[in-house]
Amino acid sequence: MNGMTITEKILARHSGRDRVSPGENVWVEVDVLLTHDICGPGTIGVFRREFGPKARVWNREKVVIIPDHYIFTADELSHRNVETLRQFTMEQELAYFYDPGTPGYRGVCHVALPEAGHVRPGEVIVGTDSHTCTHGALGAFATGIGNTDAGFVMGAGKILLKVPETMRFRFDGRAPDYIMGKDMILKVIGDIGFDGASYAAMEFSGSAIDALSIEGRMTICNMAIEAGGKNGIVAPDQKAVDYVRARTSKPFEVVTSDPDARVASDRVYDAAALEPCVAEPHLPSKYALARQRGDVKLDRAYIGSCTGGKIEDFVAAARVLKGRKVAIDTFLVPATCEVALALIETTIDGQSLVEVFADAGCLDIAPPSCAACLGGPIDTFGRTHGSEVVISTTNRNFPGRMGSKQASVYLASPLTVAASAITGRITDPREFLKQVHP
Amino acid sequence: MSTQSTPRFSARVYVAGDNIDTDQIIPAQYLNLVPTNPEEYIKLGSYALSGLPDGCAPFVPPPGPRSPYGIVIAGRNFGCGSSREHAPVALGAAGVRAIVAESYARIFFRNAVATGECYPFETAVRLLDRFQTGDEAEIDVPGATLTNRRTGEVFKLQPLGAVGPVVAAGGIFAYARQAGMLK
Repeated sequence: MNGMTITEKILARHSGRDRVSPGENVWVEVDVLLTHDICGPGTIGVFRREFGPKARVWNREKVVIIPDHYIFTADELSHRNVETLRQFTMEQELAYFYDPGTPGYRGVCHVALPEAGHVRPGEVIVGTDSHTCTHGALGAFATGIGNTDAGFVMGAGKILLKVPETMRFRFDGRAPDYIMGKDMILKVIGDIGFDGASYAAMEFSGSAIDALSIEGRMTICNMAIEAGGKNGIVAPDQKAVDYVRARTSKPFEVVTSDPDARVASDRVYDAAALEPCVAEPHLPSKYALARQRGDVKLDRAYIGSCTGGKIEDFVAAARVLKGRKVAIDTFLVPATCEVALALIETTIDGQSLVEVFADAGCLDIAPPSCAACLGGPIDTFGRTHGSEVVISTTNRNFPGRMGSKQASVYLASPLTVAASAITGRITDPREFLKQVHP
Repeated sequence: MSTQSTPRFSARVYVAGDNIDTDQIIPAQYLNLVPTNPEEYIKLGSYALSGLPDGCAPFVPPPGPRSPYGIVIAGRNFGCGSSREHAPVALGAAGVRAIVAESYARIFFRNAVATGECYPFETAVRLLDRFQTGDEAEIDVPGATLTNRRTGEVFKLQPLGAVGPVVAAGGIFAYARQAGMLK
């Protein structure tokens, strides 16, 4: 009998079985249900409608609510939605609610969830957001669901899932310092297509994945959904265990794939051969090399979101921007308050990141939230309103994704976005990094 | 929850393309609307497919809030992108009874079924050039066929299987109650 992949093992353990096979439907016990301000109120609506107005959530410590989408806006409905979450939290005595306007506020849920210790290897996490797949970076099974399924989980603590087949992506060798997680995942999506991993588990491995930080692995797993994947996952190593242990005392069990596990496909990349890239409008799968798109003139650069607004992302951008000036409007939105604090505390050659960005002429740093990654209410920071051409560290570039249908969005790594901000056209970061590291 | 369990229905067709993502189905600025609030449910319908590129026929022409199109015909990977349940809800609230696409993004497919908002039919044949927006079409749900009334062509769709009764009941909760799985 063949072995199991990490995804199959986690689903087997959570459905009380010795083994599961791809295609089987199984009832899975949920460890964490994540929701936020745009899907939380609807989830609560389903929960109350179906389980009754006096129903209690299945476990007050397993429902985690992290408002992050429409926070810094004058939009009244958005404020009402956060208030709905606040009332529900009090009524249900939920243990984890990160309330905007209080010291408990954190910011973008997919960066906040692991920061706050809610992501643990071997666990099952479902969230009302497609980028919930981010959390596979720490060896959890994590996937996005809708309000109705989430309403069911809220009351019952379990979900019916089809066991996905696993597609394996191995990055051998060593990635050069101008290559980031974003370049790796855009390469994969470009190769297999925007629906190339529909309903599959995308498992990432190899020496270049091992060498990545947890944040770099999060960038990769975050965009599994951009190939249609059900989940993205990296087997937890000591780095992952250390990250989690520093943030929670809850016990967890590390799960990894068996060497003889059966997979649907195997792709192998030479990390050393990767080049800085972009995804052209209007699909994350429209892969192009940055150095071959130097004729694209830009109006804006944007650094932020769950996939591109982490500490490491800003450090990368600062490496390029230090001592230089941006030529276009450059928007900076740290994902979380922890990232915002790190921008002050982290220094490069004695200068804080905040100072590096101010000297480079970037716009004032915005407070942490999803901001213009998905457009949002019309007063959202960084939202497009016309035919702007934007290069962004975010994860989607559909028509209208950042607000205006006329706008064009190119996705890229923070290094490539920063280099492009300096020249005002799409630019390979090697043009600047060579000078930093001769 | 708008779908009734009619085994056969006729409606006008709206033809969309490949990779119709959830931002095109319901732009993010309207995600402040909560689908379980009845007034906001109707409003979501009025914005259905308003994110399609300029130049596309309006899916919900003024004054709304319902669309004249009850069937959406699309290509590959319909509903890709976000997990927002607002997407199938907006389509259902606008009056869409069924989508016929070559393939679906998995979260959209599941949300369409879980909410019972619309039948997510799959077709092995590419239908984008066999229909024009505005054509009258008929769907036989248990028989899994789609007929173009203008051309008389009949297309065999993939059977819905276990999904059909769930949508017909009005979603997973309604189905579970009917089936005696829930009180």
